[in-house]
Amino acid sequence: MRRSMLFIPGNTPNLVVNSPYLGADAIIFDLEDAVSPGEKDAARILVRNTLRYLDLGGQETIVRINAIDTDYWQKDVEEMVAQGPDLLMLPKSSRPEDVRTVDEAITRAEERAGARRRIRLMPLIETALGVENAYAVATASPRVAALFLGAEDLTADLRCQRTKEGREIEYARTRLVTAARAADIDVYDTPFTDVNDDEGAWRDVETARALGFTGKASISPRHIQAINTVFSPSQEEVDYAYEVMEAIRMAKEQGRGAIALRGKMIDAPIVARARRTLEMAREIGMERSEA
Amino acid sequence: MQGKVVGSIREAIVLSGLRSGMTVSFHHHLRNGDYVLNLVMEQIAALGIDHLTVHASSLFDIHAPLLDHIKSHVVTKIQTDYMSARLGRAISEGAMEEPVEFRTHGGRPSAIETGAAPIDVAFIAAPASDSMGNCSGKYGKSACGSLGYAFPDAMHAKKVVVITDNLVPYPLVGWSIPETYVDYVVAVDAIGDPAGIVSGTTQITRDPIGLMMASYAVRVIQHSGLLKDGFSFQTGAGGASLAAAKFLKDVMVREQIRGSFGLGGITGYLVDMLREGCFETLLDVQCFDLKAVESIRTDPRHMEISASHYASPTVRSSAVDHLDVVILGATEVDTDFNVNVHTDSGGSIMGGSGGHSDTAAGAKLAMIIAPLFRARLPIVTDRVTCISTPGRDIDVLVTQAGIAVNPRQPELQDRLKQAGLPVVPIEELKTAAEKVTGVPTRPAHGNRAVAKVISRTGELLDTIYNIPRR
Repeated sequence: MRRSMLFIPGNTPNLVVNSPYLGADAIIFDLEDAVSPGEKDAARILVRNTLRYLDLGGQETIVRINAIDTDYWQKDVEEMVAQGPDLLMLPKSSRPEDVRTVDEAITRAEERAGARRRIRLMPLIETALGVENAYAVATASPRVAALFLGAEDLTADLRCQRTKEGREIEYARTRLVTAARAADIDVYDTPFTDVNDDEGAWRDVETARALGFTGKASISPRHIQAINTVFSPSQEEVDYAYEVMEAIRMAKEQGRGAIALRGKMIDAPIVARARRTLEMAREIGMERSEA
Repeated sequence: MQGKVVGSIREAIVLSGLRSGMTVSFHHHLRNGDYVLNLVMEQIAALGIDHLTVHASSLFDIHAPLLDHIKSHVVTKIQTDYMSARLGRAISEGAMEEPVEFRTHGGRPSAIETGAAPIDVAFIAAPASDSMGNCSGKYGKSACGSLGYAFPDAMHAKKVVVITDNLVPYPLVGWSIPETYVDYVVAVDAIGDPAGIVSGTTQITRDPIGLMMASYAVRVIQHSGLLKDGFSFQTGAGGASLAAAKFLKDVMVREQIRGSFGLGGITGYLVDMLREGCFETLLDVQCFDLKAVESIRTDPRHMEISASHYASPTVRSSAVDHLDVVILGATEVDTDFNVNVHTDSGGSIMGGSGGHSDTAAGAKLAMIIAPLFRARLPIVTDRVTCISTPGRDIDVLVTQAGIAVNPRQPELQDRLKQAGLPVVPIEELKTAAEKVTGVPTRPAHGNRAVAKVISRTGELLDTIYNIPRR
């Protein structure tokens, strides 16, 4: 389960050692924008050793490597793959070829490192071209597990202001959700960047969930709780999911085909949604409320 | 209108009858901006008086000239409740022959009142005084707010000298310490540097780990059963403690809980709580920022109290005994919940109890907020380098990795667990810290005692030994 992803600059030892305690489902160790050119090696070494030695419990590990138009990305791939993070995040993924280039580099690095499991990829869509190519990027490699929208760079590319309300990224958001769902992968929303605006953060997280995102990234631990809460099923949703599963079990027992619950037909999508809800509820330890 | 005013500090010293071997006292309300201790000691040294005991409620780095007076045997003994790192390092390296005596902010007035630590001459820095010595910390360019720590000195020293940079016509309206205790008054150009006395604003931490611990701390208070009408509270001026005060205010305002009093060193955050109706009153032994100074000057609900009233264990009653919750810091905590606030992990003095063990002993819930590690050092450890506050007085330790409850408090432990808080055994926190930092080798210390830590009730709690010179 990956609702929240927290960015941690790869060159901040104090935050890095505390990453198990910040409440995020996944940690994104950043080697890219948060790290100045003079610090790239230091960050790479710190993140490498963190992946090797730090017990991150059940947290998923993601490393944001540098973009393929830089001199750093190949070394990033080489060193990170050897430590086996769960995913690599590829910034400025604009074309399917970008993803395939990195995919091939990962494959070579995995062979050299004798890796036992396949590292997955999360393309970061943050250019106008990337938005238009979203489905092609999502299906460029079987490694691609999710798309991630980066609104800061995108709005620069679109030559518009980035606002808290986010009307300027409405198209990109819905386009990415559609592309990712068409490719049957997850999709993550851009961080809300005003760390002091808790109310704004909640609103932005709720918008992301309403649009169909799987979860959201954050640059501040302060917003993690909002993300985890909003992207968790509510008690009503869990209770309803139990009722759906019970109704179809009873219908099966009685040999009935069509099932109604609360006056509505239960069809395949409703059952699929109920299954997903219950799976998530189990992972976060939610139970059915007592009737 | 001459009154008790004398021409100079030197003249006051001579008139006080100070002789070699006596004890002089100072309060620390001017904190790291204090000029008075240095001005007085310079004159004492010039007069050829030596082998003195300096009895100061706290000592800061601005008092580094003391080290010269120690070298020349003008000062041969120090009694204090707190000593900042630069002085502390020199003492730890063996600058003095006789060990420093550390007391607490409640133990000091107790020792003064009971005669265990008598004072010959008290020098009281006063931001405002009239010619007869009615004085206050609330007015003037060097205003520091409360003069709480100076009360026992004024009331029990054999001679009392008030030193002010703001001599006002008699009588000063709204005095703190009355003329009845004062022998001499000296006017000087400046008693301190306002920038070092109080900070303009004390800021809550922006460190995500500190904020996280603060929010855990507030949830502990919420589920402790103590947060209800009549609630009383004290917190330190550290970043995470201030964040906890702010979060607690939000909860109290939202749930319309009307507390009784906020206590201790007072910051703007507690003033905000008073103004928003979280407390009926503030009991202020010391102001930490300009907002607190302004509030104690203008708001009658914001009361000045003496160190004795604050925390003495030997008066008929004191405020710490009515305290519900106190949030405290630590440089180290061990698996028996003992807390060190005197030394760093290398054994060098860098602090002191202040009101730490007084409030821990008095409060119904004494909570420590401390990170698992600082830089490469584990903070939760097997055995603290120095016992400042005994573990029996500590109820809860809040870290970023979870909350440990003292096994002496099984009921509290159950409450917090039921509330879904991450309650873990303290040993687990130690293991988690050491997993990251490793187990550091304890630096060797010498066998010469450089300081004695005396409990609030007068027993020897621990001894601090010399460390190698840097």
